[in-house]
Amino acid sequence: MSLSSENLLLEVKDLSIQFGGLKAVDSLNFSVQKGQLKGLIGPNGAGKTTVFNMLTGVYQPSRGEICFRGQIINRLKPHERCRRGMARTFQNIRLFRELTVLDNVLLGSHQKLTYGIFDSLFFTKKFHTEQKQNLDKALHLLNLFDLANKSELRAAGLPYGQQRKLEIVRALAGEPRLLLLDEPAAGMNHSETDQLMTLIGRVRKEFDLTILLIEHDMKLVMGICEDILVLDHGVKLEEGDSQKVRTSAKVIEAYLGIENEH
Amino acid sequence: MRSKIRAPLLALLIVNVLVMLLGFFTDAYVQLNILFIVVNVLMALSLNLVNGFTGQFSLGHAGFMAVGAYTAVFFVTKIYFAPGLLGLFLIGIYSIAGGLLAALAGYLVGLPSLRLRGDYLAIVTLGFGEIIRVVLLNMEFLGGPRGIAGIPPIPSIQIGSFEISSFYVAFFYASSWAVVCFFSLWRLCYSQYGLSFLGVREDEIAAEAMGVPTTKVKVRAFVLSSFFAGVAGSLMAHFTSYISPASFSFLLSVNAVIMVVLGGMGSLTGSILAAAIITVLPEALRPLQEITGVDLRMVIYALALVLIMIIRPTGLFGDREWPEIWRSWKTTRNLKKQTAAQKQSQSARSSS
Amino acid sequence: MQDLIQHLINGLGLGAIYALIALGYTMVYGVLQMINFAHSDVYMVGAFAAYYAARWFNLESMPGVVSFAILLLAAITGCALLGLLIERFAYRPLRNAPKLNILITAIGVSLLLEYSGQVIFGADPKVFPEVLNNTPLFEMAGVSFKLFDFLVIGVGLVAMAVLHFLIYHTKQGRAMRAVSVNPRVASILGVNVDRTIVFTFVLGSALAGVGSVLVGVKYPKIEPLMGMMIGLKAFVAAVLGGIGNIMGAVLGGLIMGLSEEMVVAYLSSTYRDAVAFGILILILIVRPSGLLGRNQTEKL
Repeated sequence: MSLSSENLLLEVKDLSIQFGGLKAVDSLNFSVQKGQLKGLIGPNGAGKTTVFNMLTGVYQPSRGEICFRGQIINRLKPHERCRRGMARTFQNIRLFRELTVLDNVLLGSHQKLTYGIFDSLFFTKKFHTEQKQNLDKALHLLNLFDLANKSELRAAGLPYGQQRKLEIVRALAGEPRLLLLDEPAAGMNHSETDQLMTLIGRVRKEFDLTILLIEHDMKLVMGICEDILVLDHGVKLEEGDSQKVRTSAKVIEAYLGIENEH
Repeated sequence: MRSKIRAPLLALLIVNVLVMLLGFFTDAYVQLNILFIVVNVLMALSLNLVNGFTGQFSLGHAGFMAVGAYTAVFFVTKIYFAPGLLGLFLIGIYSIAGGLLAALAGYLVGLPSLRLRGDYLAIVTLGFGEIIRVVLLNMEFLGGPRGIAGIPPIPSIQIGSFEISSFYVAFFYASSWAVVCFFSLWRLCYSQYGLSFLGVREDEIAAEAMGVPTTKVKVRAFVLSSFFAGVAGSLMAHFTSYISPASFSFLLSVNAVIMVVLGGMGSLTGSILAAAIITVLPEALRPLQEITGVDLRMVIYALALVLIMIIRPTGLFGDREWPEIWRSWKTTRNLKKQTAAQKQSQSARSSS
Repeated sequence: MQDLIQHLINGLGLGAIYALIALGYTMVYGVLQMINFAHSDVYMVGAFAAYYAARWFNLESMPGVVSFAILLLAAITGCALLGLLIERFAYRPLRNAPKLNILITAIGVSLLLEYSGQVIFGADPKVFPEVLNNTPLFEMAGVSFKLFDFLVIGVGLVAMAVLHFLIYHTKQGRAMRAVSVNPRVASILGVNVDRTIVFTFVLGSALAGVGSVLVGVKYPKIEPLMGMMIGLKAFVAAVLGGIGNIMGAVLGGLIMGLSEEMVVAYLSSTYRDAVAFGILILILIVRPSGLLGRNQTEKL
């Protein structure tokens, strides 16, 4: 993989954040290439989700620079970042619980709407064509994830695994360039996880996606990610392919250190 | 284009014909109450956009109604007014002006305060509502605490030798606004565009992450809601012929909230039903007052509010609309019939 | 200068009263994260409890400290009882309901008390029993210091001291603080959450009772809607200080009392009520967590 700058989708320099006295993330540097599937791993409390929250604009970093598609986006609000092609899922699922599955997906593509209040009040042609387009797209995505027959159900009524899938569908509906997945397989069993990972692989090809994935489970990440970033206590421990990470002494210590004490 | 405005026109026609038929049997007192129902419908619908669909709790609706009412009344009493058709036209223009000024007030209030959530937002909107009232108290050219009396009613209209009485014109005018408001909100809220309101209500952080500009959406809802509140205020002024800052107290805002809650937050048809109930209820309870000798109406009213919250917190319709409820009723009824028929045939078979 | 000192004293007295009521808001908010809209009407009921106690025992014929104490006791008992009932029958069934429903219930309870008050006590104002004379105590720099000024500030201070003791030096107080930090963890650790919440309501209502008697003594006109404005202002005081924060409520109350007195004295009395809302809006926009409040970030 070449490291030329035109292939660079996301570049993070010196990213740091403090909560009170705690340095949750400290001077983190990394980049994501176009088309890459990068894993972000680390023990509990390593600061993975905090990195996501800074990337998507929920938290404001106390220092550092986030460069997305060649532009510094530090000052942008979360919805503006989303409109530039960054979509995410949440570690503890945040669906629009009382809305239907379909409406959840439609809200995901809400940012693509070009019609305004006037069009929806007077049912203009533009309104109809766009509604139809988005509806078709949403149904296609739901189909892909085996959720089409649930489209009229309330999101809160779905079983846990399907809620996780729905979050991914919702994120995909906005046609993002970069998809941030926060522990997409959390709480799933083995076969469900395998299914999900194959699905992610397929989606990635179909939509030409770049994915940054937080995961707890080392094995899973090793299996599918080309590039892995290991985080511990807010600091980068190691970065590279699975071979490099697997053999890194620092990583082994961070992950296995606790077991050694026994 | 015809299909786009057919439904609203039909609705307008139907309510007007109904009220016209009803009008033969009613006296001025009932007629006034019918007009108040329409004002309250407008008030409840507009507040539902903010409190129900967008999930932001506003307790300052009366303030925006005051802005609309005072604007319209200012034009009518101080600028220019004429009888007949021209008068109706002017009243229409003035109502729009009132609505626009209320919308501006909504924008100014909403922009800073909509960053706050839940209880805080409720209190701040309450505060703004009260401030609008205090400002009006101190505006001498608007009558100060004495208010403005002698506001002309909606004029009657002469067509040839036939005169349409003031009540029918007033009802036609008010119901036109209600229809405009209802269909605007309906089309907005149930399009993909309007999903953004619901998204904000369900989960602001997720909505923001999905590219919904939450602050903008909230302000938009607030402005639109304030516009219709302002129009409702202007109607109220014409129907009561007297307004003062006291007409737009905190209690009016609470009243609006009660209607929205009773009907169901996020149900437009529910708001209409609730507005009618809440307007008629105090009148229906009048006999009780004659029997007991004390005015228990407001006590019952308040008690009812608490009981609704405890027993049926989603209100009458929840966040569903009437057609949906009607359909689910029919399905359950059919299901019951089917099972009953099945049982019957089964028992018939087993007996034979 | 004399005027200024007089206004300062008045403002402090008013502030002490606001603080007493604000404490009720802040404590309930601390444990339940809800605005107890009915608190201001509990305060109103306290004033009437004192009024009827005075008529019952014919206290006006024997003015003195004992009578004053009986008034206080009656108001405190009445308020505490009412607070307990409200919590049990209106708020507890909704403990896990959406916040909006709780807020609406609170408004409903408030209206219920106001209108019931109008039916039971009558809508017209009543004169609060006069059990103490507002005797001038001493004169300094041309300003005469009267008994009521000291009474209000003094009783207010004592009540706050008692509250401080209860919260920071008793078991129940510790339970209360635990619940306010995290009710679930507190209950796992063996704190009786229901009882603690009741305790909070009773304590807050009792303080409102104290406040109602002080107001009654100083401004002796009571009516069923008397709680509305003062309640709102006390709430603003609680928000100003940082809602959920005990010291904040006291500080907020004093600031509110002083600023209101100054606006009335040096600007115009018609803006008396606008001050409160002006302060509220300013504080919420500039610093929503209040002067002493902590900033809270939502966890994802």
